[in-house]
Amino acid sequence: MGKVIVVTSGKGGVGKTTSSAALGAALARNGEKVVVVDFDVGLRNLDLVMGAERRVVYDLVNVIQGEAKLTQALIRDKRLETLYLLPASQTRDKDNLTAEGVAAVIGALKVSFDWVICDSPAGIERGATLAMRHADVAIVVTNPEVSSVRDSDRIIGLLDSKTIKAENGERMEKHLLLTRYDPLRAERGDMLKVEDVLEILSIPLLGIVPESMDVLRASNVGAPVTLADERSAPAVAYFDAARRLRGETLPITVPGEKRGFLGKFFGRKAA
Amino acid sequence: MNLLRLFSRTQSAPAARERLQVLLAHERAAVGDSDLVTKLRDEILRAISKHMQVDDEKVSVRMERGAQVSTLAVDIEIPFDAGKKAA
Repeated sequence: MGKVIVVTSGKGGVGKTTSSAALGAALARNGEKVVVVDFDVGLRNLDLVMGAERRVVYDLVNVIQGEAKLTQALIRDKRLETLYLLPASQTRDKDNLTAEGVAAVIGALKVSFDWVICDSPAGIERGATLAMRHADVAIVVTNPEVSSVRDSDRIIGLLDSKTIKAENGERMEKHLLLTRYDPLRAERGDMLKVEDVLEILSIPLLGIVPESMDVLRASNVGAPVTLADERSAPAVAYFDAARRLRGETLPITVPGEKRGFLGKFFGRKAA
Repeated sequence: MNLLRLFSRTQSAPAARERLQVLLAHERAAVGDSDLVTKLRDEILRAISKHMQVDDEKVSVRMERGAQVSTLAVDIEIPFDAGKKAA
């Protein structure tokens, strides 16, 4: 049985879709079977970020409504043969996502994939709660900025109450992925530091993705940043985060910086 | 000019951190405890009405979360003929 991961944040524009695509590709690069599911019905973008926008025929809503089979809706990545995308519908309303339908789709995907990554829409409504509902692990994507941290705190509360795991009295495994981090601005005291965000949200750190032009460049050409330029700083951060998801213990670093200096600041253990 | 401004400016991240800590302490209390307060109110009302008659509307239970300690304030108005046991 595969592992179900939800990539969530509450706030929009913090990097959920970028992170879903990048982590999906990083995990699939190892030969593991990965499917990334877009839950943003009506405003899909994962297809565009992954460069598959012209290959969408059927989508998640079609599958849930019984208009297409799951295998018909899955799109295999052109670069990695173990990476798949299940797009969201662009024209339908999010009310077409039923709890039973989502449960059936996730259940079926878990059987044939090692990783099922659910790219949550922003907000705390139906699409977001259904995306997190079946998760085994949650990745909370946060920018070092007050509104993003506040929304992440709210989402952590929902993960601990509205998911199946929480309802069964189990503990939901949650990880913080800090994105758009600028170590220089943090050092100058004009951006929340890694340890500030960790202290406020108090969930373990999965990785720090630095603010970088490479993310925009990758989305411009329709490739997950981990495939567009695998040696770029954000790609290295996502590859490390993927290894931590697999259970490896790696020291947390901000790529592109000296380790000796960072050792002092990020001496803490990863999730 | 710009350099001068850069050096004279105070750091803004500590303010962000403090504001978030205060705000989230309140928001967590508001979201997490609303159920608890309702339950407490019901149970307190039930316990009291075994011994005296009280107006359902005259019982208020409030939870306030502080940084170090939280307080639970229970405010019950007892009517002067409350000595009669509830039926």
